[in-house]
Amino acid sequence: MPDTKTVAPRTFFEKVWSDHVIAELDEDPAEGTTEGSTERTTQSTALLQIDRLFLHEVTGGVSLRELKHAGRATSSPGQVFTAIDHVVSIRPDRRPGEGRNETATAMIEETLLASAREGLQVFNIGDPRQGIVHVISPELGLTLPGTTLVCGDSHTCTVGALGTLGWGVGSSEGVHVLATQTLRQAKPKTMRISFEGALRPGVSAKDMALHLIGSIGANGGIGYAVEFAGSTVRSLPIEGRLTLCNMGIEFSARYAFVAPDDLTYAFLKDREYVPKGAAWDAAVAYWRTLPSDGAAQFDREVKIDSATIAPQVTWGTSPQQSVGIDDTVPEPDDYDDPGTRELVRTALDYQRLSPGTRVDQIPIDVAYIGSCTNARLSDLHVAADVLRGRKVAANVLAICVPGSTQVKRAAEAAGLDQVFRDAGFEWLEPGCAMCATGGADRLANRRVISTTNRNFENRQGPKTRTHLASPATVAASAILGHFADARTFSTHA
Amino acid sequence: MESFTRIRATAAPMMRINIDTDQIIPTRFLLRTSEEGLNEGLFANWRSLADGTPNPEFILNRAPYDRAEIILADRNFGCGSSREAAPRALRQSGFRAVIAPSFGDIFFGNCFRNGMLPVILPIETVNGLAQQVASSHGTASIEVDLEHERVTAPDGITFAFVTPKKLRDMLLNGLDEIDLTMQLDDSIARFRATDRAKRPWAYLERGSY
Repeated sequence: MPDTKTVAPRTFFEKVWSDHVIAELDEDPAEGTTEGSTERTTQSTALLQIDRLFLHEVTGGVSLRELKHAGRATSSPGQVFTAIDHVVSIRPDRRPGEGRNETATAMIEETLLASAREGLQVFNIGDPRQGIVHVISPELGLTLPGTTLVCGDSHTCTVGALGTLGWGVGSSEGVHVLATQTLRQAKPKTMRISFEGALRPGVSAKDMALHLIGSIGANGGIGYAVEFAGSTVRSLPIEGRLTLCNMGIEFSARYAFVAPDDLTYAFLKDREYVPKGAAWDAAVAYWRTLPSDGAAQFDREVKIDSATIAPQVTWGTSPQQSVGIDDTVPEPDDYDDPGTRELVRTALDYQRLSPGTRVDQIPIDVAYIGSCTNARLSDLHVAADVLRGRKVAANVLAICVPGSTQVKRAAEAAGLDQVFRDAGFEWLEPGCAMCATGGADRLANRRVISTTNRNFENRQGPKTRTHLASPATVAASAILGHFADARTFSTHA
Repeated sequence: MESFTRIRATAAPMMRINIDTDQIIPTRFLLRTSEEGLNEGLFANWRSLADGTPNPEFILNRAPYDRAEIILADRNFGCGSSREAAPRALRQSGFRAVIAPSFGDIFFGNCFRNGMLPVILPIETVNGLAQQVASSHGTASIEVDLEHERVTAPDGITFAFVTPKKLRDMLLNGLDEIDLTMQLDDSIARFRATDRAKRPWAYLERGSY
């Protein structure tokens, strides 16, 4: 081991990665590395310690089934947790284990039984800790800085907001973690994305993310571990950082994170699964060594002037197809690359939009607030501030699904549920819900403005046209019946 | 684990950017309690018309592409959701390889664990392959050789590609990744003895909270 005093400056990622390397698997770590004209380079592979594994009833159910079929057992059950969230019923008075349909109920049942067999802690419907996995893991304090956390869900990068190295894995990798509490991983390159300066009023973390993806593209993060940095990010509350990191995978960055700071420690302190007393102090002392050293080098640097960011709405079928709320739908010929021109044409056709249309004149059928991106308490407060004393436009279906039971109860204690209901919103039970076809029958063929993270074709239902935006923009659009700029609304907080 | 060494097969050009895993297999096909029959969901939203009948325009519904084992695609194939059902649906439908300029990272890794090979080549090369295939109306085949990390175009020109060494070894030899890791049990135990002292909070036991 090198003397730590002589170690070269390192990034947060390199520190956390090296603290988890059990073994380098390539005989010569440089052997697998290539420089070339392709966008991806292959890099050395290591066996990594995995500190936390989350399962859920869709991909986690598959992992548990395949673990059993392989005749293997869970190696560290105390470090594995099961969230029931993806296909749960969101109706009031749902019972524990109730899915959105019979098959979903069977999947939940199988996952509950398998989790019990393996001795795993489960957060089922009826438990006050139930909710969307990436909402509850921070609430529970299972997202400690400098730990590794994986889940069979691409949005696991969300937890990077707490300085946790979290990433999405396949079901087979889930079996590998269950059986060994380790993973074999190719080491990615590093990218730092610095947002500098104050955000303009009414601009949120969601707008930062969409603006970024619009500028670097939905493939801009392939092969990178992305550190969000800069004064804007330092000023973002933890819930804003969660939103920003959640969208990391939307530009194909498997890992996205913010190095821990005092906001991180204040957020985590005293939560259920964090160390207490002297153990807490020792942990914080270690966590304070993790942020990137001043002279650390990144493979790629991106800088964004936060004052240039406007509230965003996506017009297309990729999160990169985003514009400011006061802008217009682009022309295919605005783009030089032939592949991109074709992508724009395909997206406009699917979304039934014409180039040149003013974004703030596009009418909506549905306003949806929910998902692991934007259904935390602060998101609901922002939306409620817009909705208070107002009514949803005629013919607009408006739905709010809080991200977790804890969020829902806190919102109800603050009277937010009444604000949503008075405005004409449905107020439903927590889960992944309509982010991924959970409301297919109700959203089919409709135009939805949504606080979710994916506007892919048919993502929310058959021929559903999804447009991504912040909670403020979704709330304002619900009131006016078309995409709307929340900054033009006076709020009655 | 299914292995992959070399194939020569029909290739279907689907030269689109950002073909996400929701398109490869829509979420509604993930509501199941068995991993068999995932092929029923492959590209379901593109393959079928609203009334459920096959979309005659969709390339994989047309001969000879209905027998394709290789997909040619533009950048960021397999982006989005981590669902391993995506490579499984492709494999269960007879596909063995996807050739594209870049892939979503999670999909890329998932392929190797399901007998599928993702091949990264520059966009100009993939476009060239797609043009040769199209001008032969799909009859010209492409060879993909993992052992030599080489793609041979219909006109005989070869292109080298690179795969992560450990994943390549695993796919070439059909190895079980968990068995490989378990051979490192001693290293794992040594690491944990040190790490547990350094980061005790990272280790949780059931009943300790």
